[in-house]
Amino acid sequence: MKGDYGYGKMQNVVTSMDYERLLCSTGPYEGEILRPSDKKHPHKTAWIQCVGSRRVTPGDNSYCSAVCCTYTQKQVILTKDHDAGAECTIFHNDIRSYGKDFERFYQRAENLPGVRFIRSYVSIGKEIQESKNVTIRYATTEDGVKEEEFDLVVLSVGLNPPADYEDLADKFGIELNSHGFCKAIPSNPLSTTRPGIFVSGAFQGPTDIPESVFTASGAGSQCGELLDYRRGKLTQERIYPPEKDVSREEPRIGVFVCHCGANIGRVVSVPSTVEYALTLPHVVYAQEQLFSCASNCAKEITDIIKEKGLNRVIVAACSPRTLEPLFRDTLREAGINQYYFEMANIREHNSWVHSKEKEEATQKAKDIIRMSVARACHLEPLQELDLPVNKTALVVGGGVSGMTCALSIANQGHEVFLVEKNKDLGGMARRIHYTLDGRDVQAYLRDLVEKVYRHPSVHVYTDATITEATGYVGNFVTKVNSERGVEEIKHGAAVIAIGADIYKPTEYLYGEDDRVITHLELEERISKGDEKIISAESLVMIQCVGCRNEDRNYCSRICCSVSIKNALKLKEINPLMDIYILYRDMMTYGFSEDYYREASNREVKFIRYDPLDKPLVETVKEGGTSRLRIAVTDYILGKKLAIDADCLALAAAVIPSAGAKEVAGLFKVSLGPDDFFKEAHVKLKPVEFAADGVYLCGMAQYPKHMPEAISQAYGAAGRVLTLLSHDTVIASGSVCEVDQKKCTGCGACISACTYDAIEFRETRQGKKAVVNPVICKGDGLCNARCPTGAITLKHFTDAELLSQIDAALGDV
Amino acid sequence: MCSGRVDLSFVLRAFSNGMDGVFIGGCRLKECNYITHGNYHALNMVLLGKKILEHIGLNPERLRIEFMSGGEGILFADVINDFGRKVKELGPLGKSEGIDKNELKSKIQEVAKLTPYIKIVKREKLESRLENKAEYDGLFTREEVDRLFREVISYHIDPEKCQACMICLKKCPVEAIAGGKNRIHVIDQEKCIKCGTCFDACPPRFGAVKTISGEPVPPPLPEAERTIIRKSKEKGAS
Repeated sequence: MKGDYGYGKMQNVVTSMDYERLLCSTGPYEGEILRPSDKKHPHKTAWIQCVGSRRVTPGDNSYCSAVCCTYTQKQVILTKDHDAGAECTIFHNDIRSYGKDFERFYQRAENLPGVRFIRSYVSIGKEIQESKNVTIRYATTEDGVKEEEFDLVVLSVGLNPPADYEDLADKFGIELNSHGFCKAIPSNPLSTTRPGIFVSGAFQGPTDIPESVFTASGAGSQCGELLDYRRGKLTQERIYPPEKDVSREEPRIGVFVCHCGANIGRVVSVPSTVEYALTLPHVVYAQEQLFSCASNCAKEITDIIKEKGLNRVIVAACSPRTLEPLFRDTLREAGINQYYFEMANIREHNSWVHSKEKEEATQKAKDIIRMSVARACHLEPLQELDLPVNKTALVVGGGVSGMTCALSIANQGHEVFLVEKNKDLGGMARRIHYTLDGRDVQAYLRDLVEKVYRHPSVHVYTDATITEATGYVGNFVTKVNSERGVEEIKHGAAVIAIGADIYKPTEYLYGEDDRVITHLELEERISKGDEKIISAESLVMIQCVGCRNEDRNYCSRICCSVSIKNALKLKEINPLMDIYILYRDMMTYGFSEDYYREASNREVKFIRYDPLDKPLVETVKEGGTSRLRIAVTDYILGKKLAIDADCLALAAAVIPSAGAKEVAGLFKVSLGPDDFFKEAHVKLKPVEFAADGVYLCGMAQYPKHMPEAISQAYGAAGRVLTLLSHDTVIASGSVCEVDQKKCTGCGACISACTYDAIEFRETRQGKKAVVNPVICKGDGLCNARCPTGAITLKHFTDAELLSQIDAALGDV
Repeated sequence: MCSGRVDLSFVLRAFSNGMDGVFIGGCRLKECNYITHGNYHALNMVLLGKKILEHIGLNPERLRIEFMSGGEGILFADVINDFGRKVKELGPLGKSEGIDKNELKSKIQEVAKLTPYIKIVKREKLESRLENKAEYDGLFTREEVDRLFREVISYHIDPEKCQACMICLKKCPVEAIAGGKNRIHVIDQEKCIKCGTCFDACPPRFGAVKTISGEPVPPPLPEAERTIIRKSKEKGAS
């Protein structure tokens, strides 16, 4: 951080990293946002974007740091969360909402009251003596130059390569790129220049969380390809003590209340909750812990279960989402069935949201614990199922992602069935000819297809459709109809890599005037050397055609780079061509920013338009010839321009594959609001689905550039291997079960279960519903639909939940 | 567990316990973590629940459902604050509606006892998936719910026709039918959940199970008169 924008000189100018600490409950003021000069709550806060990024001045980075737009929006949302009356102003250049759900996230921040996004370069004015407030000078088209005072200024700083990058590169003998990040080999974004050394995460370049996660998994998969012969040689099976049957014993409950450092203890009076817990029925032991999840505390829980003869355990701490598996393990270590564990969430549901109401929060913690104790009395021991794993994988979609994933799995010793709906492998890449950095895509594709066909363990089905997919993790059965006829494939894992389609524009005279084409069509024509295109005098490109609008509320991520790529190619062939790119925000995140700059330097003209004032395209007859005329408002010049073009290329949106709904239905996975496949967790589980054993990669998940698709394909392969390398997989014990005596065969459960986990079986007492526990996902809809109470979601039974409802009221 | 797991009986239990309001949070509609879209089931249940509250004489605004994602903490807080305010405004359950506490409790419990019956007769609507707000409003009407309770069906075994074949008795999911071999079967109206299994099970040639609506169920046959004397046996005896 240089002394830009008064940082280091003015107290109330902080970096986004400093601010992140202020927001954090373990930060300097325990989550209170206090400004440095007087430790008071800032009311008016400004963020300045692109600090140190997207600049060619010495000491700055020429690339875009790719994460700052969205992290700033997050900080704004959190700030408004802390203080609903806060005024937040963001001075920005382009808003780079290129990631999945980023556009919606941006809108969410922008729509908050008191939040202003202002597109302007800024400079710091002065620090005001008495208040230590800071002024910012900025300019808008409406008001011209203004100077405004803020209580606090946050500089959204970008990402640098690691401090010791040169030393690191020397030690490992790997090369770096011109920005000081790791240099990848052209065909494999996860491989360094030295064979056998791989790279993942932000050392590749500025990277968001999901990319970091799947590149890590992908690098793991590539290590697996090299080390597969050693797999499992160093693993040791964990041995648990035999499980004691305590189901007939009176409940003996132990309650452990966690301070979570200061997260809970700062708000809730933990000692008084412990005291209270001891007054509850069946509670024989209670204590506090600083961090229940720390390994010494977990061990303590195990020891106390044994020592005190506990048969049920409650940890009052955080959300069960992350740590429930760990605490269940502490019961197993003590020889108690893990389903006797219950978690009371007194952090997310309590201390974090009631930090200002300490007494009430303590009372609420007691209420939550009391409800957990009530439920714990009704808990039942459940057994998890060990399912055998079929070691074969099925990959749906034979594009670059599908093929890359299939090869990586096959290289680790597994048979792979690769199913492609078209006659040829290749998918969208068949229409792409060169990359931004000038590489030949078709040559790469030919080589990849050849590797796939030559691999003895990859079985390719083209012209194929999937007619049926049944089964569950480790044991799927999928029917494929192809030239080979109908075949039933048994497999343990499935990868959805069906790619995406391109929007067919209905706007800007597309389909009416043959000079109007899409960016992909432009690329095809350039690569064929189409005279009409390469000798054009004037060519216009319009960005965001069919997306970032009401119909498709997302950014297609790749189109800005594609347009720049085409523009640079055309300038290379015909330097005299006038090229205009009409855009909303240039989404050249990361290193592609350099190509944006290069295009600009080569006189490609970038004109920003507003979505409420879109370009107008018409054909005009002048002097007996028909011209294509594009009218657009130039906000910098402040006037309407009319550009006559020989060709108009539309950056048509990437849209979900036409087959997405069908495939989602077959494999029982879900789609997000834009109909791209919905991963299990957008940040932390980017290649998994909520349905076990089904994985995701490529454009089926979201539009992405080829290197990103390749990385994600390796990432999915890595996750597939963690499943297929085991002989068995565990299915949850919290599934539904039918009491046959109570079942009247009404079928309400069957129509509720779209997983098809329930079926009728004929018995002497008529047809009765039966649940297949390995297909059941434990949503419990059937339980709520059943009129006779015959079907029960184990671990969330009526008795368990009603006991909690009864306990909610307390002693009032 | 899905929001669709929230049973009508849970909601009624909370009100029966004297809770002043019940809030259910579900995932955003059309964005299911499973593939079942159970949040629509929860929505339907709440829409029905609101009409039931009205039927009882309670303010339907005491029951509320909202849909949001795990990332929408602020929305959740806003909604809960708003609901809290609303419930405070409505005041203690029953008091502001002018219903006596004990009377209210017994009214709710009476309705709660009919939960299985409600699930059966409203099954189709409870599983439906509505597309817009206008449809929500029309899904259940007050008139419909009033009629449901007015015309509640009871099942009764006609002692004249019962052949004590044990078919209904074996099939009853809640063991509400007393009887045995050569003992006329009698439905315990307290235990009966009105699922109609006995009605469907009784062989058409006997036609002993009747539905009764709008009038009281005849009293059960005294224990002493329940033995069937078969004609063949009578013959044998004479």
